[in-house]
Amino acid sequence: MRVESSISRNAPADGQKEGWDGGASTSHVLTPGELDLSHKVMLYLDDITVSFDGFRALNQLSLQIDAGELRCIIGPNGAGKTTMMDVITGKTRPDSGKAFFGQTIDLTRLTEPQIAHAGIGRKFQKPTIFEHHTVFENLELALKTDKRVKKSLFARLFGDDLDKISDTLGQIRLADQADRPAGLLSHGQKQWLEIGMLLVQDPKLLLLDEPVAGMTDDETERTAELFVSLKGKHSLVVVEHDMAFVEALGGKVTVLCEGSVLAEGDLATVQADPRVIEVYLGR
Amino acid sequence: MRTPVSVKLVAGLGPRGWLAVAAVLVAAWVLVPLAHLMLPEGHPLHISTYAITLIGKILCYAVVAVAMDLIWGFGGILSLGHGLFFALGGYSFGMYLMRQIGRDGSYGADIPDFMVFLDWKELPWYWSGTDSFLWCLLLAVVVPGAIAWIFGYFAFRSRIKGVYFSIITQAMTYAAMLFFFRNETGFGGNNGFTDFKRILGYSITAPETRVVLFGLSVTLLLGTLILGKALIASKFGRVLTAIRDAENRVMFIGYNPLHYKLFIWTVSAMLCGLAGALYVPQVGIINPSEMSVANSIEIAIWVAVGGRGTLVGPIFGAGIVNLSKTWFTTSFPEYWLFFLGLLFILVTLYLPEGVAGLWAKIKARRAEKAAIAAARAEAAAVPAAPRSPAAPESKLPNGTAAKGA
Repeated sequence: MRVESSISRNAPADGQKEGWDGGASTSHVLTPGELDLSHKVMLYLDDITVSFDGFRALNQLSLQIDAGELRCIIGPNGAGKTTMMDVITGKTRPDSGKAFFGQTIDLTRLTEPQIAHAGIGRKFQKPTIFEHHTVFENLELALKTDKRVKKSLFARLFGDDLDKISDTLGQIRLADQADRPAGLLSHGQKQWLEIGMLLVQDPKLLLLDEPVAGMTDDETERTAELFVSLKGKHSLVVVEHDMAFVEALGGKVTVLCEGSVLAEGDLATVQADPRVIEVYLGR
Repeated sequence: MRTPVSVKLVAGLGPRGWLAVAAVLVAAWVLVPLAHLMLPEGHPLHISTYAITLIGKILCYAVVAVAMDLIWGFGGILSLGHGLFFALGGYSFGMYLMRQIGRDGSYGADIPDFMVFLDWKELPWYWSGTDSFLWCLLLAVVVPGAIAWIFGYFAFRSRIKGVYFSIITQAMTYAAMLFFFRNETGFGGNNGFTDFKRILGYSITAPETRVVLFGLSVTLLLGTLILGKALIASKFGRVLTAIRDAENRVMFIGYNPLHYKLFIWTVSAMLCGLAGALYVPQVGIINPSEMSVANSIEIAIWVAVGGRGTLVGPIFGAGIVNLSKTWFTTSFPEYWLFFLGLLFILVTLYLPEGVAGLWAKIKARRAEKAAIAAARAEAAAVPAAPRSPAAPESKLPNGTAAKGA
């Protein structure tokens, strides 16, 4: 919604920390509900705990993602990767801890659609697209617009939106499939379509749960290229088991184990960590 | 690259569709009245009062079926309490018809007979204004709409879905039925409203009145179809079917399903209310049995038989089931429910997409045959002709088939 304009307005404020700290300058005004990136932190999780029937899916998890960063999250099954995404997107409420989007948006108080509007897009582990709708319609529905009933009743697509959709169709290489029902796409193409649905939302933070599962090597390579090209403009959090893919992305890697962070650093450092080898890579 | 998806409220129909609408309207407003009023009784084209009333009644049911299809076929929400909204519309308009009786009731009093019987001296507060035609017509839309909105708000906000939702709607209509059965509720108890005399001053049994009510029923059905088609053709419709297919995904791209479900649910209830208001003067009676759970289940059967998610299909479903009901209940009254059950089982097993799905299947098969024939002719020259690429698309479940219908 208005998040975009707030970022451009906040950008010069980044250099003027005194104004923010001292409160004397008017160049940085705190606006509730708008994404505040003045400290370059996109996502801030602190001491998050989630338990299901006594099982601690997340155990005092703390994590920080910077604006424009590409972060990979790895970890054995049951480490809490998907639960972490559930907490960030509002699907699961943490029992304790803080989850902030930028400096001001408290994710634990918002609903799923509100979080989506604030600028967090999510790709599920299993591709979830609208199988009965065409590829074009899938993107049309995801497009960043006013998503209230009244607007949807009389919505029309104008030049900018059509350009945005056709650009994205090119980006995800589905331009020739635009009018086919999405249910007929191959598994890899469905993954791409879902990524496309995130892109047309123009989110600030993309959460991608196993985005290359079921893709061919060629498709995986192209996905890595796409993600690397998005780095800087968006923050990306990628959960993945495919180490070659993680390597190709080249960002910082966080290892989760039993609901908390085990190690953090570049892939080589993490892979050399004996604790990591023990719980995950060594097996 | 693509023409924008135009979503004006009339965009749902093409030129041929509008022509069909005009043809049906002419038939309803000109030909049927002529055949009924001008032709003598023995004439082969004469339409009897019985036939007009029967068809008018089925048309009202068809409106309910289309309204049901909007929420079940396109929204994936199965209501087993839609009879309540229909009955509430009927009761609202029935109040007006009761007031039109005036002093012609058996007791010759100013208030309806059942109130005299209860020894009431004056009308209860909620009957005030019911001598106005427009007020009661408004009630027939607003009361079902308001009740649906309140019920829907809490149910959808609590994310009650699937069979749990269906059961709650059953409980809702059952509770309402018990409430209306009570004499003290002020709606005639188990006898309901009947013995209507006039509507807007015209005799309710006069052939002209019947013909006008019939024409209004046809018009309401067409209006419902056009509205439904426009809703489904709009982006709203695409969001609605998306909620049906993958609600989580819809939420994570920023739509709030609550508002979408609530809107279509309330619209559906209001359409049922209007249908009920037109039903009562044609049938001449409304009582709490209209709110029985079995009635509401029957509505779902009309839609299943006609074809979910097709809009037009449920009209045929309502027609087929009700015409066979009329025939069965006069010829073999005790077997009707067995037949209805059998019909439902057969449709579920062999026609999962209903009558409309059968029609689409026949059309697809014909196209496939033509394609194969064409391919064979080609294969004479070029060996190993490929199969028609259109074939797998026609196999997709109802959602996509619906858009073509």
